[in-house]
Amino acid sequence: MDALDIARWQFGITTVYHFFFVPVTIGLSFLVAGLQTAWWRTKKEKYLKLTKFFGKLFLINFAMGVATGIVQEFQFGMNWSDYSRFVGDIFGAPLAIEGLLAFFLESTFLGLWIFGWDRLKPGVHLATIWIAAVGTLLSAYFILAANSFMQHPVGYTFNAAKNRAELTDFGAVLTNKVALVTFPHTIASCFMVGGAFVAGIAMWHLVRHPARDAEAFLTALRLGGATLIIAGLATVVTGDSQGKVMTEVQPMKMAAAEGLYETKQPAPFSLLTIGTLDGSKSVYKLEVPRLLSYLGTGSVNGQVKGINALQSEYEQKYGPGDYSPNIPITYWTFRAMITVGFLAMAGGAWMLWSTRRQRMPTSKWMLRTALALPLLPLVGMSFGWIFTEMGRQPWAVFGLMPTAAGVSPGTTAAEVLTSLIGFTALYGVLAVVEVKLLLKYIQAGLPEVDTTVPSDDSDAPLAFAY
Amino acid sequence: MELTTFWFILIAVLWVGYLVLEGFDFGVGMLIGLLARNDTERRVLINTIGPLWDGNEVWLLVAGGATFAAFPEWYATLFSGFYLPLFLILMALIVRGVGLEFRGKRPEAMWRRRWDAAIIVGSTVPALLWGVALANIVHGVPIDSHKEYVGSFFTLLNPYALLGGLVTLTVFIVHGSMFVALKTVGDIRKRARILALKVGALAAVLAVAFIVWTGFDQGKLAVWLLGLLAAGAFVGAIVAIFRGREGVAFTATSLTIGLVAIMLFTGLFPDVMPSSLDAAWNLTTHNASSTHYTLVIMSWVAVIFTPIVLMYQSWSYWVFRKRIGVQHIPMDVLTK
Repeated sequence: MDALDIARWQFGITTVYHFFFVPVTIGLSFLVAGLQTAWWRTKKEKYLKLTKFFGKLFLINFAMGVATGIVQEFQFGMNWSDYSRFVGDIFGAPLAIEGLLAFFLESTFLGLWIFGWDRLKPGVHLATIWIAAVGTLLSAYFILAANSFMQHPVGYTFNAAKNRAELTDFGAVLTNKVALVTFPHTIASCFMVGGAFVAGIAMWHLVRHPARDAEAFLTALRLGGATLIIAGLATVVTGDSQGKVMTEVQPMKMAAAEGLYETKQPAPFSLLTIGTLDGSKSVYKLEVPRLLSYLGTGSVNGQVKGINALQSEYEQKYGPGDYSPNIPITYWTFRAMITVGFLAMAGGAWMLWSTRRQRMPTSKWMLRTALALPLLPLVGMSFGWIFTEMGRQPWAVFGLMPTAAGVSPGTTAAEVLTSLIGFTALYGVLAVVEVKLLLKYIQAGLPEVDTTVPSDDSDAPLAFAY
Repeated sequence: MELTTFWFILIAVLWVGYLVLEGFDFGVGMLIGLLARNDTERRVLINTIGPLWDGNEVWLLVAGGATFAAFPEWYATLFSGFYLPLFLILMALIVRGVGLEFRGKRPEAMWRRRWDAAIIVGSTVPALLWGVALANIVHGVPIDSHKEYVGSFFTLLNPYALLGGLVTLTVFIVHGSMFVALKTVGDIRKRARILALKVGALAAVLAVAFIVWTGFDQGKLAVWLLGLLAAGAFVGAIVAIFRGREGVAFTATSLTIGLVAIMLFTGLFPDVMPSSLDAAWNLTTHNASSTHYTLVIMSWVAVIFTPIVLMYQSWSYWVFRKRIGVQHIPMDVLTK
């Protein structure tokens, strides 16, 4: 492997890992804010207990997101310096704005929320978690706008003298049609993750310890389950509009997602193929006629271009080379994303159904589903992003800059390998520590809460301390 | 004023903010090993920065993002060139951040000892390496005609840069001690004052040596003047803590760090990364910058949002203004 391959592996590993914490943060921040709002309005103790219980899990997760986030910003410069020189004029702005508008908001107001229980008035304290939650959305928008430029560059001109892309219309970058469809799809999926997280944990408690805090956990289950299903439907709808934009601006990605080698009109949607991994030769295939035409073009008779036609088209446009992404990965991650997404929704629906009219499920299968549920939309999002980013290859910026041209020319393979091994080993250890800690807090159940007015004694212990 | 100059100043301001703010929480992190005598005292220290450290670290992220947006060539050359030090800084910041958040989440002594080590190492490494990195940027490193860094890891470990690293390391310990003296009550407050004096004497010698070296290196009158002011502020800080004026002392170390950073950036301007091989290959505010259009947009964003950030971040410091001591540390861990 050379520096390029190692740098790509590092980007993949660190980004997929970082993105385990991001959707939990986005989804759960709003759910915790909602629970605290319910407590603030009703003064029912169960809402406060749930706020503190899920709030603690949220913070354990958030700490990891913060810690692994710095790597994301730094490694563009470290491993991809030629990419940074090429797009910095455009790509740097949303990153800087994300820091200034979102990261300050999230970090400051979460600090106030964590430690502010006895120092802020209840209404002000409630506002801090909402502000932090809005901060997560701002952060998502700007980073997705930056990513969307890589999928579908807009609002720029190419300066040949300086060999770089230069910004001509920042509004166009922020309203990139890819960003406009990717943002709702991503946020809806984040709410699926948050909902599944809350529902799965609540259900686990209901089955394992039916006598402990059942009423509160039933409330949590319904909140989580409903969030999961509504957000799931939103994910389907937004995914559909995303598919249409993708077919238009990155037809090769759509063709690769389907293993569609020859242009077809109408085009069927491939459910699965058994044969070669890249779907080029199949011994068995299951297809839904005309569905791909509908998904890609909005018409059941629409034409969807195949990989071979696009390949020759791109060769004429960009010169000789291989312009198709890794087909087995794009084909299977696309399917896996959709499958686990629907499984999660089914799991949520089953949980809501089996707890109708205060019923308490006891089956082993329910317990297993409860354990699996939080993971399903989470890995679904990983599959989705692996598909999106691998499907963009061989380009770093579609049609403008190949990935291979972006790597740092002066950085040695040994250096990149050092950081790859270092980050991977550290992330591995931290994953074990984090999961164990989460499980410990999940098992501990709802905390005791103290709703007495804080004392004025200046030597009284803090309401919360590390 | 040219926009490139404005952005150079803004990035300098972000570094001043980062070094002044994270400087004291790096210091507090190191004091866990130097000052605290038992678990409760360690918790007192951690809780002085608990609600604040993450917001402080964002100054670095914004400084990095602003460099990317305003001077992509600077960002690219610096981050790819200083690869291994930045890798070490990242590893340190990761274990430190997780340590600060996770340490109090379990009661076992072994768990806490391990995270204490993570916090101490994770605070020491960047406190040292940021000084090394900044000194190297200002002094100049081997950069070729293609704006690529062509030195090695060991090129960066030259005497001037190492002296810079020792200055940030020791000054941050003093700065952290001033902060602890200002934010705690009881025995730990007294010991923080004494430690500030002891380490302060060493830090003063190192800092004066570094300032003089920088003055000769850069040969600018403004650098000498700023260096003199920084040294004066540091002496003032030592005198103030000796007389028990903790607020004044902390303000004075903040000023010292800010002035040293301004001194370095003044020495640097109008370069952003001078080449030690050939002055024609220097990266400057002109040849490293983004387009005028990008800078205009970023300027509007910065002018509107920076004051808002400063307002709410100051408010959070105000909310957590109360001093804490061992009596304020609640005992229960899992139940709250």
